[in-house]
Amino acid sequence: MPSEDAAPQLDVDQILADPGVRIVVCCGAGGVGKTTTAAALALRAAEQHGRRTVVLTIDPARRLAQSLGLTELDNTPRQVKNIDVEVSGGELHAMMLDMKRTFDDVVLQHTDPAKAADIFANPFYQAMSSTFAGTQEYMAMEKLGQLHARGEWDLIVVDTPPSRSALDFLDAPARLSRFLDGRMLRLLLAPARSGGRSMFSLVTASFGMFSKVVQKVLGAQLLTDLSGFVAALDSMFGGFRQRAEQTYRILQARETAFLLVATPEPDAVREAAYFAGRLGEERMPLAGLVLNRVHRPAVDSLDAATSLAAADRLAEAGGHSGTVDALRAHAALAQRAHREKQVAARFGEAFPQVPAVSVPAQPADVHDIDGLRTIGAAISRP
Amino acid sequence: MRAAEGRADPTGAEWPARLHVVTGKGGTGKTSVAAALAMALATEGRRTLLVEVEGRQGIAQLFGIDPLPYAERRLTDAPGGGEVWALTVDAEEALLEYLDMFYKLGAAGRALRKFGAIDFATTIAPGLRDVLLTGKVKEATTRTAGQRRAYDAVVLDAPPTGRIGRFLNVTAETARLAKVGPIKTQSEGVAALLRSPMTAVHVVTLLEEMPVQETVDAIAELTQLGFPVGRVVVNAARPPRPAGRAVSAAELKRGLVAAGLTADRNTVAGLAAEARDQLIRRELEDSLRAELVELGLPLTELPLLPDGVDRAGLETLARALVRAE
Repeated sequence: MPSEDAAPQLDVDQILADPGVRIVVCCGAGGVGKTTTAAALALRAAEQHGRRTVVLTIDPARRLAQSLGLTELDNTPRQVKNIDVEVSGGELHAMMLDMKRTFDDVVLQHTDPAKAADIFANPFYQAMSSTFAGTQEYMAMEKLGQLHARGEWDLIVVDTPPSRSALDFLDAPARLSRFLDGRMLRLLLAPARSGGRSMFSLVTASFGMFSKVVQKVLGAQLLTDLSGFVAALDSMFGGFRQRAEQTYRILQARETAFLLVATPEPDAVREAAYFAGRLGEERMPLAGLVLNRVHRPAVDSLDAATSLAAADRLAEAGGHSGTVDALRAHAALAQRAHREKQVAARFGEAFPQVPAVSVPAQPADVHDIDGLRTIGAAISRP
Repeated sequence: MRAAEGRADPTGAEWPARLHVVTGKGGTGKTSVAAALAMALATEGRRTLLVEVEGRQGIAQLFGIDPLPYAERRLTDAPGGGEVWALTVDAEEALLEYLDMFYKLGAAGRALRKFGAIDFATTIAPGLRDVLLTGKVKEATTRTAGQRRAYDAVVLDAPPTGRIGRFLNVTAETARLAKVGPIKTQSEGVAALLRSPMTAVHVVTLLEEMPVQETVDAIAELTQLGFPVGRVVVNAARPPRPAGRAVSAAELKRGLVAAGLTADRNTVAGLAAEARDQLIRRELEDSLRAELVELGLPLTELPLLPDGVDRAGLETLARALVRAE
């Protein structure tokens, strides 16, 4: 049976130092340390490899955000001070994604101010720009596209949204396209596009039925708002789709490296495996797997059963309470490490060619620059 | 009147609500906790319904079965003769069912689906999706079959803490779009149930900083929005340890020799390092636990399952949930 040790070792320094790599995307299930990993990699790229780096975070923990100097959601990269770049000459900038603001900017870019004001006032726009399932993913892609287009950075490190599923990030552009190309939208636009009358009687009949239902269920006001919104957005759709597709192509290019982030837990590993499969299908470059919070005993020679038996013997004999505790803790740690190895092996069996690196669990959570530096070193030198 | 209602409910004191909404940060195990709670509440011939709404098929994965359709089906027997049923709510199916129920749509409903109207509607007005999902949960919670309730308790595996407020606060989202009409009425009915004593929102966490922070934030948000918060469930917890002292190398060496184990330098140093990390971790866990206690809500701790969450593990969790003080 192949174990996780059989997987090739992931060398993140090689990726971070490679001038050909311009984008690193960290993706994985919620709660696996994606944001911390992204921030740690970006810091390392700046400090160790002298790269002008920007990290795009989506929803960082408050204290982590503060450590990066991100006190407010202002949607523009801010330089992170107090990092060690004297020797390397690198820079680190950080930003938090403001979903609504990014959406507003896109609208402003594609239409005149008067029309934009109409769109902003429409209740459907307000609902969609702040809560559309997928808006956050799409806006993360949009922001990535913008940062990339500005060409100011050597390296962009992206954290992906804490989605229902990590796949939402990849699906956002396709979903948007599907939405924009949808028959429903064309139906709603049909009267406007054909000068007030629909071209197909079948469509008219169905739409009549539809609109009757909608009026009945939602009310006429809502339908008016909806038509207004759809008509207003219509002019910008081409631009929307083009940009989404552009970013999608950038993600397929050699300048991009995807890093899967997981913990040795069944759900997280399953999610990582799904994602690895999807990246393959989409022909997107998967660089490797970062396995966070891996537990490893410091003593290999003492197995769990022996340790536990010795602890019991000592406890019975009396005294040595410190050693009893230490032996029990060691046994629990050894058991946990064994279980984690089995879980992690599931990924290795499915994707034996994907390089992986294990990052030891830290005794305390990370929320300052020193902590990020430690994590960065641990990812690079396992 | 059904027989079960005549008996004292062994779980009633700790879990008084009928609709249990289970949320938590991603990765805290909320699906496992929701499933275990559905099992725990299905005692003595009771019947519970475990509902998921995010299309992740988390229930099917947890129980190792084929993906669940949009239909209520019997999931498992609970220890002590109860039944746990399961339902995966799909917004599109829920909308069609709803339209059929109130408007007798038939073919028109199918036409809506054909034109992608439902996908469109729930995309452009995400609040609508949530009303449909919570509306179905409400229907299952309040449904009666003959003289009795269809389910004694409904457990909802809800969206994570980051989205829970918006998910439950359906009236705010729909009020923006629908000023009058059945959608408004529907969302008001759901809101009334969710804010009544029949509902309890439980938050699952781990003894780690981010999940605890999100728990504190979510509870503040839920309270402010007027949703009844039930319990804080600490998953994968180790009991607090009274001894909080680092063991010295000399002490370890003596102990290892006494136990007849190798006491070479590497072993002693390794075990000492492990014990030190353990102590840091424990101290952090203790302070996080104290932070949760501060919330003043009932706290339930579930044990870390060394073999992962299998069927036996779920039963262990279920027992721990009803034993909770």
